[in-house]
Amino acid sequence: MQTSSSPHLHSAAPVSSVMLRVIYALIPGVIAYIGVFGWGVAVNVVFASIVALASEAVTLAVRGRPIKPFLFDGSALVTAFLLALSLPPFAPWWITLIGTAFAIVVAKQLYGGLGFNPFNPAMAGYVVLLISFPREMTQWLAPETVSGHALSFVEAARVIFNGALPPGLTLDAVSAATPLDTLKTRLHLGETVETARRASPVFGSLGGLGWEWINGLFLLGGLWMIYKKIITWHIPLALLGGLFVMSLVFHLYNSGAYVAPVFHLFSGAAMLGAFFIATDPVSACTTPRGKLYYGAGVGILTYIIRTWGGYPDGIAFSVLLMNMAVPLIDHYTQPRVFGHKD
Amino acid sequence: MSGKLRRFPGGLHLDGHKTESTQCAVQRARLPRRLILPLHQHIGAEAKSVVMAGERVLKGQMIARAEGYVSAPVHAPSSGTVVEIGDRPVPHPSGLSAPCIVIETDGTEQWCERHPVQDYITQDPSHLRNLIREAGIVGLGGAGFPSFIKLNPLGKTVDTLILNAAECEPYITCDDMLMRERAAEIIHGIQIMRHALHAAHCIIGIEDNKPEARAALVRALQELHIDGIQVTQVPTRYPAGGEKQLIHVLTGKEVPSNGLPVHIGIVCHNVATAAAIYRAVQHGEPLISRYVTVTGSGVPEPRNLEVLFGTPMAELLEQCGADPASVERLVMGGPMMGFGVHMPGVPVVKTTNCLLADRHLPAAPAAMPCIRCGACAEACPANLLPQQLYWHAHAGEFDKAQNYNLFDCIECGCCAAVCPSHIPLVQYYRYAKGEIWTREREKQKADVARERHEFRLARLAQDKAEREARHAQKKAELAGKTAPHETTSH
Ligand code: SF4
Ligand code: SF4
Repeated sequence: MQTSSSPHLHSAAPVSSVMLRVIYALIPGVIAYIGVFGWGVAVNVVFASIVALASEAVTLAVRGRPIKPFLFDGSALVTAFLLALSLPPFAPWWITLIGTAFAIVVAKQLYGGLGFNPFNPAMAGYVVLLISFPREMTQWLAPETVSGHALSFVEAARVIFNGALPPGLTLDAVSAATPLDTLKTRLHLGETVETARRASPVFGSLGGLGWEWINGLFLLGGLWMIYKKIITWHIPLALLGGLFVMSLVFHLYNSGAYVAPVFHLFSGAAMLGAFFIATDPVSACTTPRGKLYYGAGVGILTYIIRTWGGYPDGIAFSVLLMNMAVPLIDHYTQPRVFGHKD
Repeated sequence: MSGKLRRFPGGLHLDGHKTESTQCAVQRARLPRRLILPLHQHIGAEAKSVVMAGERVLKGQMIARAEGYVSAPVHAPSSGTVVEIGDRPVPHPSGLSAPCIVIETDGTEQWCERHPVQDYITQDPSHLRNLIREAGIVGLGGAGFPSFIKLNPLGKTVDTLILNAAECEPYITCDDMLMRERAAEIIHGIQIMRHALHAAHCIIGIEDNKPEARAALVRALQELHIDGIQVTQVPTRYPAGGEKQLIHVLTGKEVPSNGLPVHIGIVCHNVATAAAIYRAVQHGEPLISRYVTVTGSGVPEPRNLEVLFGTPMAELLEQCGADPASVERLVMGGPMMGFGVHMPGVPVVKTTNCLLADRHLPAAPAAMPCIRCGACAEACPANLLPQQLYWHAHAGEFDKAQNYNLFDCIECGCCAAVCPSHIPLVQYYRYAKGEIWTREREKQKADVARERHEFRLARLAQDKAEREARHAQKKAELAGKTAPHETTSH
């Protein structure tokens, strides 16, 4: 007879289905992303997924770990999605390859695989790319509505794998700096937020043009994950709260030099970061109070890097920096055990 | 008493699966040919047999006496002949055998002489406690701690007596059925407890998924014209029936870590224990039977049975239409805290509240690494960080696990039930606790050995000193003889 140890009842969905639901939650945002920046986004996601699974399988085999349960736990797919969604839509294929392989092989598997990586693998891969290939990594596309050119899936794939644009199209015609980047450059040149936003076509009414939709739908997917208890509210709320409060304070201090909070919340990787990246359980804080500090830290650092730093978006660096603080925060935020005095 | 209920941290909403076994009235289990009575059915020292093989015993006769203070006697559940005293498989997670008295029943159910106490109010509480001790009554909620000890306030004022009727684990319904069918006995038993404890208040805490049982209690209180006992429904959420959790929900007080409820003026007993106390005091019947829920996917006719202790579990399964050979897993207790028994032939004991028999079990999911999702911490009613406990227990860093308050873990299983990596967390905690206890015992042994060693060294040193002193004396005496002018008084 079976005599397994109690409890004999398991209500929990397995890791693989948790990860799968994270992917589901990403889908609306991904569709918006494709709608705004074209099929390049989809090509990146598919390619990154293939690279991630292949690197995972190879490293598991080399490490002598069982391949099947870990390959299909879904975590590599989530990493691939998050990294691909952070890349410029026409990033050459080798960028995706290097970033994804680094994320899986170095940032995840070399640290011991699922559950043991202190850093968020996708963000580690992203930062390595950003530092090594700054030109490729900051060459962003203009929304298709701005450039007026919509490429088919095959054309997009050709750009990514061959570097060949369809005849009659130049890179200059389709590319543009991101809204966050544009704003920073123009403020540096002495313009005010107002004039900058009026002068460039990449801005929308809330944040970056098109980015509002992307962020809005990632927000929706994130709320669904909270509703489904895949993540808790702590990190997203604290992160967005930190970003909001910082931008509000500076905006109130000088609205000409510091853009309004909504802009920050609806530009760049704000929502993706708050709900999908910073909430990666393995590399984030696990105590409820710790999650609040962790999230707020990411939000505040993101604002600082966006506003005064040398890089266009700050989510990746902020997440990695806060990853380092996790053991410390977790240690000092243990909940009061039942029956213990404070 | 304020009527405001508190909320304990964590906890889970689980599928109750209770209606399956509450469809029909409780029946008596068939009298088995042989009753197997382990001498150790409670917390504390093993009872000591007072009968011999071949001896005829009567129903209710004491066959093993309590050994020491924390212990409980065992009585013959039916009349018959003692055929064997020796090691038999018993229901225990280890699957090991333990000393048992085996009685071959004669079917006459002939009682021994009973000494009912009609008017308990005139009795001295210490006398009542003695009766309860002699009746072998232990906590019937599952723990099996000798009840008379918890009826001794030890000079502390007991503000509130709490009756645990929560029965929060899925599948188990024996207390539910007992309340429906024997509410008056429970109430009488509670009155005896109140008298023994001089408790100012009394609350029966019952989960709100048992409206029939609650109604039966309220009706019994009205019919018996008894005041001062309050029946309070608590929200159904596992583990609301954990002693510390129930106390917190009902009174807002937290039992201090390392402390007992009585330290905050509270004593908590199970309702079935109350009924047993009533039978012991007012009918002179020792504890020889109990209600047992027989349920699970392997049981075609799930129900509650009134079972004599010592009845092999297999016979109960058969009586409920199950084929013991086809049962893949037999759990004693509930799905959250019960343990798997190794064979269906082991007997029902005082702490057997439920038999959960399953067949066609899905393969247990393989454990994955901890992904630090924190679901376990959210579910933990003790507010622990189960993932940290696991991490340190897994790494063998038991002192660190202890720093994370390992010993506040009540082994409720909430953490493991919600873990997406399907890590058998509680197993690690039990292992770590066991290791720590073993080490402490060894350290104590080592301390004793060291003391002995030091004592021996001291004695040797003393011997030597004495020898030297004698030697010196002799020398001096000799010297005295050669030099008689010197005094020898030294
Ligand atoms: S629920 Fe399981 S996987 Fe999640 S933190 Fe706890 S132990 Fe780790
Ligand atoms: S078994 Fe222990 S650690 Fe797990 S939830 Fe229960 S009390 Fe918390």
